[in-house]
Amino acid sequence: MPKANVTFEDIGVTVTVPAGTRLIEISEKVGAGITYGCREGECATCMMKIVSGMENMSERSVLEDKVLQENMASRKHRLACQAQVLSGDIVVRPG
Amino acid sequence: MTEAPVAIAPDVFWIGALDPQLRVFDVILKTANGTTYNAYCVRGDMGVAIIDTVKAEYADTFFERLEQVARYDEISVIVLNHLEPDHTGALPELMRRAPNARLYISVKAQLMLKGLLKSEDLSYTPVDTGDTIDLGGRTLTFLNTPFLHWPDTQCTYLEEEALLFSGDVFGCHFCDGRLFNDRVGDFRFSFEYYYQHIMRPFREHVRAALGLIEPLDLRLIAPAHGPILRDGPRAYVQRYRQLAAPLLHNEAADRAKTLLIFYISSYGNTARMAQAVRDGAESIDGVRASLYDLQGGEVTPFVDLIEEADGIVFGSPTINGDAVKPIWDLLSSLAVVSIKDKLGAAFGSYGWTGEAVQMLEDRLRGLKLRVPVAGVRVKLIPTGEELARCHDFGRQLAEHLTGRISRRVIDMSELLKEPSHAQG
Repeated sequence: MPKANVTFEDIGVTVTVPAGTRLIEISEKVGAGITYGCREGECATCMMKIVSGMENMSERSVLEDKVLQENMASRKHRLACQAQVLSGDIVVRPG
Repeated sequence: MTEAPVAIAPDVFWIGALDPQLRVFDVILKTANGTTYNAYCVRGDMGVAIIDTVKAEYADTFFERLEQVARYDEISVIVLNHLEPDHTGALPELMRRAPNARLYISVKAQLMLKGLLKSEDLSYTPVDTGDTIDLGGRTLTFLNTPFLHWPDTQCTYLEEEALLFSGDVFGCHFCDGRLFNDRVGDFRFSFEYYYQHIMRPFREHVRAALGLIEPLDLRLIAPAHGPILRDGPRAYVQRYRQLAAPLLHNEAADRAKTLLIFYISSYGNTARMAQAVRDGAESIDGVRASLYDLQGGEVTPFVDLIEEADGIVFGSPTINGDAVKPIWDLLSSLAVVSIKDKLGAAFGSYGWTGEAVQMLEDRLRGLKLRVPVAGVRVKLIPTGEELARCHDFGRQLAEHLTGRISRRVIDMSELLKEPSHAQG
């Protein structure tokens, strides 16, 4: 199975995960600082910054894109409850 | 009685409202003699600008004053320095009465405006630092001063009068109809109190805003609450500069990161763990670890300490499935300081179930602290081995603080075996 490496910058931990894993599944298990509200892509509590590796993430869905725009997110931001990791190396941090 | 406008500069008028009976503002602030909602009108040769409005209950007073200095069809500009309802309560009605007016708000205010007016179909101009409006012989220049104390906050400078409409910055809750700082009663306490409760959590943003404000020629500061500062306005700018500096001198700052360990203990078990955590942290060069028993302290001085600390650790027993009240009391008192991105951690001894540690970790994450090392939980009396784990926990925290931690690489399958987050 294809793997990806996700580094949580705030806690200094890299996790090797199967392709297709949502960020929320990893960050909660590893204790990274991303916090969650609705877990359904609506509240934007879990907005995180992709420090590098955006090209290794799933595309924004229409819903995620709308919520990010409403919250004036930059192009480097994603919702951890929606974004999936696909391959390669990705570095994230809360915020 | 007619509510009269007050000229504060040539063709510039205060058209706000007095609220002398208010005793609590916004849940968090006491207001011993009420407050004022300051709004202003600037007349130029080509148009009239209204700067801010008032709380909805005072809209009538505001319009009564406004009508004495401008006709509604003359109003070409409405500036909102801050969209909180105490300054925008009269906005919908003002927009209805002055249909020619264009709304000018900060970039970050756009979503709030939609939330306030509950409409997607709004016409306005977002402005940033350096943007100007020419009213004809009168120039309004905007200064983007975010997080003082909301994301949207900005100041507006009237160049020809060297007059700064500062929004909540340099404001205070003090109600005195004489309006000017050299005529009203003694409001020094209110000015300080307002800063400590409203601006203090944002001191980095205060410093950034002062960088924009200090170079200005300043003859008058017209804030959105409290007295208009015409006598020595620069003294208030200097006072903000002092207040935005660290409150406590840190003797160890040059050589050490500071780690504060707060604990509370029923039978001495969590206390023994706390001692071991401190010893572990102190074993790393460049960390100054301090131990405090919350039963022997008060909240306010600890809040001051936490503001200047690099990391905070909480040790709590679990009583009836929860961490104990003195810890929650301290954790619910941190809204007046900035703690984002500090290091946080928790540990504790328990008798039955031991939920406290996880609950404290979740709270620390919710407050946007980094929680890189999973807490240590010990059932009742810590053994030598368990105290060694506490020592190691303290050491790891210190390594994180000093940037010496080796980065870990783990596989998702290992994570899935663990009940909570990975042990460091």
